[in-house]
Amino acid sequence: MLRYLYGDELSAYPKLAGGMFRDRAYQFRTRMGWDVHVDENGEERDNYDVLNPLYVIWEQADGSHGGSMRFLPTTGPVMVNEVFGHLLDGAPLESLLIWECTRFCLGRDGGARAAAALMLGGGELMTGFGIRHFVGVFDARMERIYRAIGSSPEVLGAEGAGRDRISVGLWDFSEAARGRVAARAGVSPQLSRLWFQRAFGRAQDAPFSRCA
Amino acid sequence: MVKRNQLDRILEALDATGTLEQLDEIILGLRDAYGVAHLVYHWVDSAGDQYGCGTYSDAWRQRYLDQNYVRVDPVVAGCFQRFHPVDWKRLDWTGKAVKAFRLEAAEYGLGNQGYSIPIRGPNGQFALFTVNHSCSDEAWTKFIEAHGRDLILIAHYFNQKALEFEPGRVPEAAQALSPREVDAMTLLALGYSRAQVADSLSISENTLRVYIESARFKLGALNTTHAVARAMSRGLIVV
Repeated sequence: MLRYLYGDELSAYPKLAGGMFRDRAYQFRTRMGWDVHVDENGEERDNYDVLNPLYVIWEQADGSHGGSMRFLPTTGPVMVNEVFGHLLDGAPLESLLIWECTRFCLGRDGGARAAAALMLGGGELMTGFGIRHFVGVFDARMERIYRAIGSSPEVLGAEGAGRDRISVGLWDFSEAARGRVAARAGVSPQLSRLWFQRAFGRAQDAPFSRCA
Repeated sequence: MVKRNQLDRILEALDATGTLEQLDEIILGLRDAYGVAHLVYHWVDSAGDQYGCGTYSDAWRQRYLDQNYVRVDPVVAGCFQRFHPVDWKRLDWTGKAVKAFRLEAAEYGLGNQGYSIPIRGPNGQFALFTVNHSCSDEAWTKFIEAHGRDLILIAHYFNQKALEFEPGRVPEAAQALSPREVDAMTLLALGYSRAQVADSLSISENTLRVYIESARFKLGALNTTHAVARAMSRGLIVV
């Protein structure tokens, strides 16, 4: 299932959260060779994890980490502006309606299904919170994965070539894309919506209605 | 229905505001423009100090402070450390203290519906921008669908203003537009369509939307026309 957890909620899911930070270490350091910080438990964290970001996590049937990504609004400190600003346009991208998506990570047996489920989760955030775009940083391998699940970002700027190419890109989300990624994830749009509503609270009686 | 140019005028006034007192007037104008019961900006800093402006009655404000309701209010608890907008229906209104708080709020004239936008400012600053109203769930859902995005932007512009008024604060340099943003706004000001602008800049319309979105935000505008007008009046683009 898809979980939506702020940083301060992760401690309630130690297996899931630990798996996420370890899979991040594997993906970003071991596999891609990025210069990221891995602690003595083999978990990768950076300066943005302490800002209480919102994580969208694909949890597998046994409770383990299948894939995840991390969101922060571009009005605060974000990687695309602070680290990859030179790939953009010389001035920061900034809007409450544009969120940054980083650390898109797939578990070792997550695969394309997990990637599609995460995209579906991203779509829920956009629809549910009025967000217009996600902006994010990704490498050549992820570019292929995004293409394979039918959710290619639009590249705003890039550096490096071939396998080492790093890009800043942009996603938006349409109803058509929602159906497509839902089918690839093997999750019905209704179920996905239910997970989203569960995470952010269910609609109940209007709070004051009985005394209004 | 909210009139576009009315909103633009109010945001112009917000931009020109130099004192906290004027914020009250502006928020009143916005409340009337939206035709809702209440509109409130509420700042809670890390030391627990509070500042607010809006249309709640003085009696309710005083009661809220006297009773230290900031510790009980599920809206504050539900928005703190978050950055997504929250419909009050989705908060936890159970618990004895919360139920009593809710009953009392209604006595002081609060409506049954609420939508609060959390704002994270610099150095742990936290604020809420809330719209409150009395209506059915269906009507409320429609209202939020129609105005939610604008309210998110207005919330942010209010917070920027409130930050400016903070004692001892060094004013930040005006947000610069990036070269692409300047190009896009200039071509729009010249009357080009979005498709023509995208074509002229050799970018897709999708990418263009992001530049416009970001420029609009930096300019404190709700729509593209308003953003173009502002960019011109501030001399950021020359046509």
